[in-house]
Amino acid sequence: MTENAVPINIEQDTLRNGSFVVEMVHLRKSFEDNHVLRDINMVIKKGENLVILGKSGTGKSVLIKCIVGLVDCDYGSLIIFGEDTSQLSERQLIEMRKKIGYLFQSGALYDSMTVKENLEFPLRRQIDSIPKEKLNSLIREALENVGLVKAIDKMPAELSGGMRKRLGLARTLILKPEIMLYDEPTTGLDPITSKEISKLILEVQNKYNTSSVIITHDMECARLTADRIVVIKDGMCEAEGSYDELKNSTDAWIRSYFE
Amino acid sequence: MEPKIKIRSITREKIEEDFFASIFGKFFSEVTSLTFFALRFFKEVLKPPYEFNELLKQSFLVGYKSFPLVAITGFIIGLVLTIQSRPIMVKFGAVSMLPAMVAVSLVREIGPVITALIFSGKVGSGIGAELASMKVTEQIDAMQVSGTNPYKFLVVTRVLAATMMLPLLAVLADAIGLFGSFVGVNLNGQVSLSFFFLQVFQSVDFNDLLPAVIKTFFFGFAIGMIGCYKGYYANTGTEGVGKAANSAVVFASLMVFLIDMIAVQLTSLYQN
Repeated sequence: MTENAVPINIEQDTLRNGSFVVEMVHLRKSFEDNHVLRDINMVIKKGENLVILGKSGTGKSVLIKCIVGLVDCDYGSLIIFGEDTSQLSERQLIEMRKKIGYLFQSGALYDSMTVKENLEFPLRRQIDSIPKEKLNSLIREALENVGLVKAIDKMPAELSGGMRKRLGLARTLILKPEIMLYDEPTTGLDPITSKEISKLILEVQNKYNTSSVIITHDMECARLTADRIVVIKDGMCEAEGSYDELKNSTDAWIRSYFE
Repeated sequence: MEPKIKIRSITREKIEEDFFASIFGKFFSEVTSLTFFALRFFKEVLKPPYEFNELLKQSFLVGYKSFPLVAITGFIIGLVLTIQSRPIMVKFGAVSMLPAMVAVSLVREIGPVITALIFSGKVGSGIGAELASMKVTEQIDAMQVSGTNPYKFLVVTRVLAATMMLPLLAVLADAIGLFGSFVGVNLNGQVSLSFFFLQVFQSVDFNDLLPAVIKTFFFGFAIGMIGCYKGYYANTGTEGVGKAANSAVVFASLMVFLIDMIAVQLTSLYQN
């Protein structure tokens, strides 16, 4: 643990405190001999933007996949909205997932569907018998939020990288999730578009009061969006603090991220 | 002096043993995995919600879009079978039996099997590549995250569509193949359409058609299931997409012959 790092001692915190939306206690995950997450102890507070930094292959994406339920953790507790996920049935997990949005690194847009159909898909599956007018207004609102109204009838292949990310964000936001997980939202984008995406993340936080976890290697994005930053090293939380705290860390390894 | 470190003697037998163990190990693990994947289908197919719209869309894509290819193949098979069989029938003085012979061959065996092979090449590989591409680009994960059961939405609908559409296509291929045979017969003689089909229906009865149609349901199920399985569990990367499509066709074609062999045995037991 570095000097600037604040040890995250979950046992001392009040568990199931209403201000935490996610609590991870001694979380571990291995893929055969590859121990990706060794001992993760972390909380996500309500309404905060938490940025996770770390070298490639340190388990950042696996961590948020554990939160959304795409990957099962091997050991430890994962408590979301005060409920231990290991105690939930498949049906309860599906219900919980509806409150969590996930923006994939690639956007993960459905290639065979238009922009409109991409937004319609999650809505139709989560809201039973939604009237057509309501559906169209929700789609329009989501597209307006990300500035893509004109692209409503386009196919994903016709969109640029930035537009694809924004559409991915709109598709996630249309369900108004309480937690947003961003997997490298600015990767592969030019600095201007990256800044637009970072601003969009902030707007989402302000407008819907979502709690967000942002995995990024883009320090400008981290600076703009982070309320708090956690640095992961070798599958463990190495340091935690605000952008400025970590930037001025006495640990050269932590500082190297900000140079 | 004896060396301290003994080098393990690698014999040809040992290499062959390891090689076959690895091949059989992989084969049985693949078959087990596919069996569990297929068993899940029966659990999911009955459970609501039902994806009727996606089923209709897939039936259109799998059935209607395959029809031109199946029709052309059926016509050519009927025509070629007639032209190739004619000399030998002439030799035996049984040229008048030509429509009957072609009809029995087409309806019982060639029609369903050729249609299934064409179907596995077009639909099996298509499903394999589509799902593998969705897997690689995290679209399947995105579906799961949005609260949709991807197995139900992607696999159940495609397997059902393939199972329902292949029998229809096979019957149509038989009919078009018979028309091809009529053209073939008329290349060297003059036979009216009504006389040709009178001979056909005198030689083919319900007992020829029913087992052939039943086995096409199994062909369709196997092709759809293998395509979905290969795509759903594809390795990441573009190479994984190619491999999934390729192995879906190879495995599905092999399965068509295997099912056909079993079906023929069962049919012959019943008919004897």
